[in-house]
Formats: sequence, structure tokens, C-alpha cells
Amino acid sequence: MSDRAFVAWQKLALGCAILEPGSSAKLKTGDWKSLAPKLDEEKCIKCGKCFTYCPEFCYSEDKNGFFRADLSYCKGCGICANECPTEAISMGKEEK
Amino acid sequence: MLRDVDLSGYQKITGKNVPRESMVASGHRACQGCVEVLAMGMVTRAVGKDCIVCNATGCMEIITSSFPQTAWKTPWIHVAFENAGAVASGIEAALTAMTRKGKRKGPLPTVLAFAGDGATADIGLQALSGALERGHKFIYVCLDNEAYMNTGVQRSSSTPFGATTTTSPAGKKSIGQSTRKKNLPAICAAHDIPYVATCSPAYHLDLMNKVRKAMAVDGPAYLHIYSVCPTGWGCKPEIGISLAKLAVETNVFPLYEVIGGRYNITKKVAKPKPVLDYLKVQRRFRHLAESDVAGIQKQVDDSWAYLNALAAAFPAPKEKGGAKEEE
Repeated sequence: MSDRAFVAWQKLALGCAILEPGSSAKLKTGDWKSLAPKLDEEKCIKCGKCFTYCPEFCYSEDKNGFFRADLSYCKGCGICANECPTEAISMGKEEK
Repeated sequence: MLRDVDLSGYQKITGKNVPRESMVASGHRACQGCVEVLAMGMVTRAVGKDCIVCNATGCMEIITSSFPQTAWKTPWIHVAFENAGAVASGIEAALTAMTRKGKRKGPLPTVLAFAGDGATADIGLQALSGALERGHKFIYVCLDNEAYMNTGVQRSSSTPFGATTTTSPAGKKSIGQSTRKKNLPAICAAHDIPYVATCSPAYHLDLMNKVRKAMAVDGPAYLHIYSVCPTGWGCKPEIGISLAKLAVETNVFPLYEVIGGRYNITKKVAKPKPVLDYLKVQRRFRHLAESDVAGIQKQVDDSWAYLNALAAAFPAPKEKGGAKEEE
């Protein structure tokens, strides 16, 4: 295997330890999804249930207090839309 | 045996001071709608940065550590199916020894062991039992998705009665899994450890507070977390959390804690829903006839009555304020 490979053996740490924490974020799992969550800001009460129950940990709070999904990681499971108490989140086709 | 447990170091989480940072990064490879990884994230949110994670083979090991990447933001070690308990106790013993010899200073990090139900109930039971018996200070978290999901849904001893899996298939002469679910929290409580609890990710504050209590006790703690698996159970990915809630509301998976042998039912359901509501949304139970459902309802009622009898006989002292779930 050449030293330009995805994982060149010359560059491996001792014991094949992975030294960079949280490096899985390099893989954008967002292209797994067929439906994406969309937030209706008028209905949103900023309760944060979508943030609490997102299995991808891709929700974060923006400066206005709304919780927004990072669509580059969202797998489109729909838990946020299902758990939203005011039905402010709907699942639909992703807008490019 | 009853014993008094010192919970003075317990730092309670309320709706206002919920820790937000999960030690599991985005980009992990879990299936769509996996509640198991969510539950694991909630545990690490409550524990915080200062921890060492020891992960038995299973879904959670595979999806977080596809080489050369890792989803973990804390020190993490993968161990075999058998020995999550043994390795976690080794880590704790090593840290204690290094502190004693003056090679490290400061408080000990929390030692966490994550394992699935197969790695806890079947393969790793003796390592777990040994670690609990030796009394190491660590938290063992069993993420119970009721079968061996990462290898393709084979039955474990934690699979409930009547569920179809690839090694207990339902058919003309088979009902699916023919034995009842092993009562692991009871086995762990029988080791006389200070803290045992069952948690559900649908009640996140309850879950995180149980983690905090497990951190506060001096000695081993065992947490049994109900983890919905849409792939293995055949349910829609979006209903993961509502299914976890339904399991508590139908008394299929009651939430309670055992503090030094004293029982505290943390979520009392006033009017339990029929167990049929829980069964009918999962494809693994779709072959069940009405008489089978009635049998399962009786099993659930019996276990609930047994738990209530235990809680009445050995009640836990009332906590100040009480860890109430915010709706």
C-alpha cells in the first residue's frame, strides 16, 4: 500500500490507536436520507425536544434560540418531527 | 441485603441545566432512527468529558469506530464480547494504583462500560458478575435492544417472549422466542451493589439523573437502558422515542431504581395502556394471535405486581425535591 492511501501504514500510530477525537464527523451521513426536517419558525416554541431526541446529535441552537438540524449529518429518521409538540417540524424533500 | 448508600455527591440535572455536549460525535454510522446511540449519547452528556469508555463488541462499537475514524471524543477502548466488566475494573484498579503511587493527581475519571444485551446477559455475564462482586467503582451500562442486532437479529436471553428473530423464527410450530426475558437488573441487584436502575431514553431527565446518581455512589452501578432498534424490531424509524415511551406506559419496561436494596419506582403509570398497543407497532410481534397477546399481558401484569410488592416491602427513602420528569 502506498503512503498516499486512505490509511497509509507508515502514518499509523502505535497500536493503531486513533489520535483524533470525533473524527467520524468527516463522513457526512446526510446523503443517507430521503426526507429532511423543515422548521416552521412561527409554530416553534424553542423547547429543544428535537435537540434532545436527535440520534445523530446534529441539532444545535442558533443565535435566535431556534434549534436547527445540520443537514449534512441528518439521516432523515423523522424522530424530531414525530416528537415535536407543536408540529413545527415537517419532513419533506430537501431544498438545495 | 439492605445497606445505606451515600448519595451526598449527587448533582441533579433539571430542565434548566441540562448538559448539552454529547461525547459521541455526529457522523457515526448507526442506522436511521437508532435510539441506542441516542441513549449512549445521553449517558455521556450526563457524565461529561472526564471519563474513560470501555465498549464491548456490539452495534455501538461498530458504528462509532470505523477505522481510521472514531466518533468518540473521550478515551475509548474496544474489548471483546466477554470482558467489558473485567476491562473496566482493570482500568479503575490501574487508576487507583497510579494515584496511590503518586503518578497521577486529581479526582478519578468516571469509568464507563457500554455493552449490548448480548454482551451483558449472555456472553459477558461472568465478567460483569465478577466486577460487581469485587466492588470496583464504575458504571456498567447495558443498552438493551433485545437481540444481537449487529450480526443480523439473532435471539439473546434478553429477547422477550413471542418475538421473532432469525434464530427464533415464528412459524406454524413456533411462536418465536419461547422463553421469557432474563431479569438482568434483578441479577445485578442481587450482587448487593449500591445502585441499579432501569432507564428509558424517552424520559431523558430521569435517565440523566440516574447516571448522575450512579456517578455519586461509591462502588459499582448498573444501568439497564431500553433501546429501540427500528431495524431489528421492524418498526418505523420515526416512532423510536414514542415506542420507548409506550413500553413504559404499558408496564412492559417499568422504570425503577434499586438503591442499596431499596426499591423506588420512578415512573408510576396511573392507567397502564394495554400491551397490544406496544406489540402492534412492531413487525417482530405481528404473528401473535389474540390468545398469545393475552398471555403476554398476564406476564407483564405479573412482573409489575412483583415489582410493586418489592417496592412496598423495601421502599427507598424519599428524595428531597424528587427527580421529576419535565413534560
